[in-house]
Amino acid sequence: MPETESPELIPIDITVNGVLHSLEIESRLTLLDFLREKLQVCGTKKGCDHGQCGACTVLLNGTRINSCLAFVVLHPGASVTTIEGLAEPGKLHPLQQAFYDLDAYQCGYCTPGQICSATGLINEGHARTRAEVRELMSGNLCRCGAYPNITSAILQVLAEGEAQ
Amino acid sequence: MRPFAFSRATDVADAVQQGSLAGCSFVAGATNLADLMKYDVTRPARLIDINPLTLRGIEELQSGGLRLGALATNAQTAYHARVQKQYPILASAILSGASAQLRNVATNGGNLNQRTRCYYFYNSALPCNKREPASGCSAVGGVTRVHGILGTSSACIATHPSDMCVALAVLNASVRVTGNFGDRVIPIAEYHRLPGDTPWLDNTLQHGELVTAIDLPNESFATNYTYLKLRDRQSYAFALVSIAVVMHMEDGVIREARVALGGVAHKPWRRTEAEQTLKGQQPSTQLFETFAEELVAGAVGYGDNDFKIELARRGIVRACHQAAEGTPQSQSDKDIA
Ligand SMILES: Cc1cc2nc3c(=O)[nH]c(=O)nc-3n(C[C@H](O)[C@H](O)[C@H](O)COP(=O)(O)OP(=O)(O)OC[C@H]3O[C@@H](n4cnc5c(N)ncnc54)[C@H](O)[C@@H]3O)c2cc1C
Ligand code: SF4
Ligand code: FES
Ligand code: FES
Repeated sequence: MPETESPELIPIDITVNGVLHSLEIESRLTLLDFLREKLQVCGTKKGCDHGQCGACTVLLNGTRINSCLAFVVLHPGASVTTIEGLAEPGKLHPLQQAFYDLDAYQCGYCTPGQICSATGLINEGHARTRAEVRELMSGNLCRCGAYPNITSAILQVLAEGEAQ
Repeated sequence: MRPFAFSRATDVADAVQQGSLAGCSFVAGATNLADLMKYDVTRPARLIDINPLTLRGIEELQSGGLRLGALATNAQTAYHARVQKQYPILASAILSGASAQLRNVATNGGNLNQRTRCYYFYNSALPCNKREPASGCSAVGGVTRVHGILGTSSACIATHPSDMCVALAVLNASVRVTGNFGDRVIPIAEYHRLPGDTPWLDNTLQHGELVTAIDLPNESFATNYTYLKLRDRQSYAFALVSIAVVMHMEDGVIREARVALGGVAHKPWRRTEAEQTLKGQQPSTQLFETFAEELVAGAVGYGDNDFKIELARRGIVRACHQAAEGTPQSQSDKDIA
């Protein structure tokens, strides 16, 4: 790839799991690569890198997004929560507990994205029925096909009304 | 991804001024642009971040219509109380598209200006007239499952992939645009274009022009509407064929009907002349079949997409029934009523 001159660096402040980072980044850096490669916060997974699988889902200012399609420079001052930051250290978030209790994963690769997405889903408040949960979780693929248990785990947490 | 220069626009005038320079492109949610840049399909020298602009609102117009800001997200729009009440077909179409994560970021302006999902457009190693003018079209004679059947040209058979725009077409929306030469209001029917022999132009927006809002006229289609989207899987997939229908019904008679198709052409496909067939009639399968024939008249398949012609015909009949009966397609319970 032709790179005639060294790319311009842009200063940015961004908070990840409660820690403020002030640094200079390239404009083309995605939030996913920023998390995994610059911060080594690797709970967030790279599946497709094109918005097609949901493995990279994180919460940006409390809203679920695909970090692979987010340029960090577009989000100055943002607060990002990844799977590592959902619960206090040593504790499980209700969704983590429900996924564990109900076997909502097999290989686990899609799981951080599923749980962040489900947290966003519950915050959004548009899903009540199984059909609605399935539809509004369709942005998270699971190659192992753990869908029925993923849906059950989310429904259980919804029923308990436990998500913040 | 190639490196690119980056600047933030401070206001609309600044965005237009920066955006009109050669090689510059606006960026909103980046859900389409970042993807295309990763594939080296789009190669902007500079991205102008328009997110600082105050175009995020959804406001009632004095006329009783609704103004959707260019930077309002698809999610914000679909769940807006007025949209759900007065224009539920728009909410339905938006919610049928992409995923919750994408809709949280995708903006109305970006949705309008998203590019085709033609496989060859995405493959920068192959000829494509849309990506590289006069290089040829790899789709003709290639794999054409996602391609157009109406209004195609020998230069390009791509489709516009948006669901939102198909609903906007039947709502007679208009697109508000501002540029170095002033402001324009473009009726949605004239916003996107057919490929002809200049398929690199998706729409009639000029370089540097900024979409500021989409206006919906003061009408209400609360009951007699549907957005029926047919695709390879029930969610998180682009339309093979989609059908948007709104009707005004009076005493069991169709006073007015508007129907647009997605997934079949370079723009939402509507034929206002054909809609006259439905006017003043009582709903019936026979009537809808006659209308369907008129709406898809002249359709041409390119092999893999031949099925779309019959799928469109049947989908139109089904969707017209759904709208006339006031039983719109649910976007979460996907059994087709
Ligand atoms: C996996 C996947 C599945 C998808 N499925 C669907 C689907 O089923 N249905 C559907 O309809 N869509 C679908 N989409 C597309 C999605 O809706 C678009 O990517 C999104 O709407 C683009 O909005 P954005 O704000 O992110 O635009 P950007 O990526 O920021 O911009 C897209 C284009 O619009 C231009 N632009 C943006 N705002 C303006 C403005 N105000 N004025 C002028 N130009 C502007 C940009 O310069 C750029 O050329 C899907 C996307 C992905 C990645
Ligand atoms: S159909 Fe259009 S977009 Fe696809 S390869 Fe041909 S010219 Fe390119
Ligand atoms: S890695 Fe982001 S959606 Fe697949
Ligand atoms: S658990 Fe393996 S991909 Fe979902």
